[in-house]
Amino acid sequence: MILQDMIGSIALAGVSLVGLIFLVVISQAGKPADEAARTRAARAAGRLQGWVFAVLLLGFVGGSWATLRNLPIPVQDVELGADHVVEVVGGMWYWMISPDSVPAGSLVEFRVTSVDVNHGFALYGPEGRILAQTQAMPKYTNRLLVDLDTPGTYTVQCLEYCGIGHAPMKASFQVTAAGGN
Amino acid sequence: MASLVLYPDDERLPRAAGITLNFYLVTALVLFLAMMALGLGMRSSQAGWLGLPPDWFYRFLSLHGAGMVGTASLVTTAIMWFFLRKYVQLHLWAFVANYVLFIIGLWCIVLSVMAGSYAGLWTILYPLPVHSQGMWSREAGAIFMLGYLGIGMGQLLFYLDAAAGIIARYGNFSRALGLQWLFGGEIDQAHPKAVVASTGVLIANTLGLLAGTVALVMSLANAVYPSIELDPLLIKNLIYWFGHMYPNATIYMGCIAVYELLPRYTGKPFVMGRPFLWAWLATVLYVVLVFPHHLLMDFAQPRWLSVMGQLASWVGGFPVFVVTAYGALVNIHRSGIRWNMPARLLVLSMFGWMAGIVPAILDGTIAVNMVMHNTQWVPGHFHFYMLLGVLSMALAFMFHLVGQRHGQVPPDSGGDRGSLPVYLLGGLVFLFGFLGGGRTSVPRRMAQHIDAWTLTDRIGSIGAMLVVLAMLYFVVRLVIGLLRPVAQAAGDGDGLADAAR
Repeated sequence: MILQDMIGSIALAGVSLVGLIFLVVISQAGKPADEAARTRAARAAGRLQGWVFAVLLLGFVGGSWATLRNLPIPVQDVELGADHVVEVVGGMWYWMISPDSVPAGSLVEFRVTSVDVNHGFALYGPEGRILAQTQAMPKYTNRLLVDLDTPGTYTVQCLEYCGIGHAPMKASFQVTAAGGN
Repeated sequence: MASLVLYPDDERLPRAAGITLNFYLVTALVLFLAMMALGLGMRSSQAGWLGLPPDWFYRFLSLHGAGMVGTASLVTTAIMWFFLRKYVQLHLWAFVANYVLFIIGLWCIVLSVMAGSYAGLWTILYPLPVHSQGMWSREAGAIFMLGYLGIGMGQLLFYLDAAAGIIARYGNFSRALGLQWLFGGEIDQAHPKAVVASTGVLIANTLGLLAGTVALVMSLANAVYPSIELDPLLIKNLIYWFGHMYPNATIYMGCIAVYELLPRYTGKPFVMGRPFLWAWLATVLYVVLVFPHHLLMDFAQPRWLSVMGQLASWVGGFPVFVVTAYGALVNIHRSGIRWNMPARLLVLSMFGWMAGIVPAILDGTIAVNMVMHNTQWVPGHFHFYMLLGVLSMALAFMFHLVGQRHGQVPPDSGGDRGSLPVYLLGGLVFLFGFLGGGRTSVPRRMAQHIDAWTLTDRIGSIGAMLVVLAMLYFVVRLVIGLLRPVAQAAGDGDGLADAAR
């Protein structure tokens, strides 16, 4: 499943769950409880609050471990062992990419910087979804590692607003199949 | 504890204070509507229904961003002032000064955008404001930033006055936050939640404002003396410290209206417990540490900062889910609440805040940010808790005040009842247009969209039209209502919650 679709589904489920909780509470809101029922409800709410906290804590610990153990941000000051290194320079409003093609099945290191203002280096796959990105910053070089397995024409699109030429600031990047096609 | 009396006597304002409050609220309403109209124009242009030239699109975007964030701050500052003044001494001059500096700042921003063609966006990311390739002048960028300085100075003045009042009343911030009850002791139920929230927000937002001020002064120095070069990563950190904190402070200031007003409409006290105090302490700490989640794609940052940004983003969900929204739901549950406009909007605001946090927390995850950063996912989540959360809090507060001016009966006309579903439905369609765009990798902040991106643009535009339509009704209704003189109640202050229920 594409990561963005998975995230979209999780968000939709989460927002729907919140909405459902509100609808349930609202449906009960107009029916006032007597004093005894209020006391019971207050005790139950206190217990439930503890459970909500415990579940969220479990989610926090488990989710943090799952998403941070393989940090997608590479260490910046060591040799990354990529198959190919691609130098990327952003400027108002162009990309200089060298080389501009790599063979499929490569682990590619993009070294991204800017000569003027902040730009955003976003690599769109042939199907039009973002595969990875990093910022292109003046005075800094950000190193991004991407596995490029699928041959085709990829698009580099600026994703950090950089002035009137921001939208057209894009370039093509080729991932060639074995045999060079 | 917050009053259960619907319109207590201590909320009747002296004439000068009432006029000042009206200036805040009417200005905010007009600005909200104007900024929404700009937003609708931009979404319609992305949808291909309106041909905004790119330079105007980015000028409108700069105005919309600065205008919306500033207006949200203006109106929620009024909420904080209105309730905090009951518990500590606040000086009207500070409240007036904040308004005057806001208006001066606003005109600087308008002048910079409309006359100077400034289009460097509200985030003023160095060095773009002074490096436009001829689209706008260095002077226009500097005037825009001077406008920010004016608005920030006003806010700081207001916070300083609030801090002085809180310290004079409670001795120090720690006691105002109720930290003496964190581990034991009987919590004083008369200790106002408004004081806890105000103390928390003024600590955190003052730090953010100071960070922003440092960034602005350095950027202005660079604008005047280009030979003074700045470190772009350092400035980016400072800007996002301010840029995260300032809009988020509006939620916390607006939330005071929920603490104060919701119990009056449900007739049930909003109990102050240890979880509430812990939640506010956690909020003050996490909100100061969370800003690196805006720089997750800046790999030159130390990696521990990015990890801290993710962890703080996730921790940010706890106070809302476990305490504030949860407490509001408990307060509503089987309360016998009588539904009217303030009550409906207060409940909607809790939903908007709580639901909006879901996509926000996902975006604060580094692996997700890798594919969602600077896509429309981002405006999708922040509009969620700003539009349905903060704006609903502000509207609830204003509808409540209109009731005070209209026989001390909360508004609930047929027009009110009809406009709210339009606002909610339009809001959800508008928001899911953005979130859907993020899912399909549509970039944010882009004047020209390719054909493949226009489906979600069109969905979002339809939602935006409904929101603007509902907001137009709210603005007319509220401006007319707020400008009426305050009504005398039959029992002169005996407008108990029961009267509204």
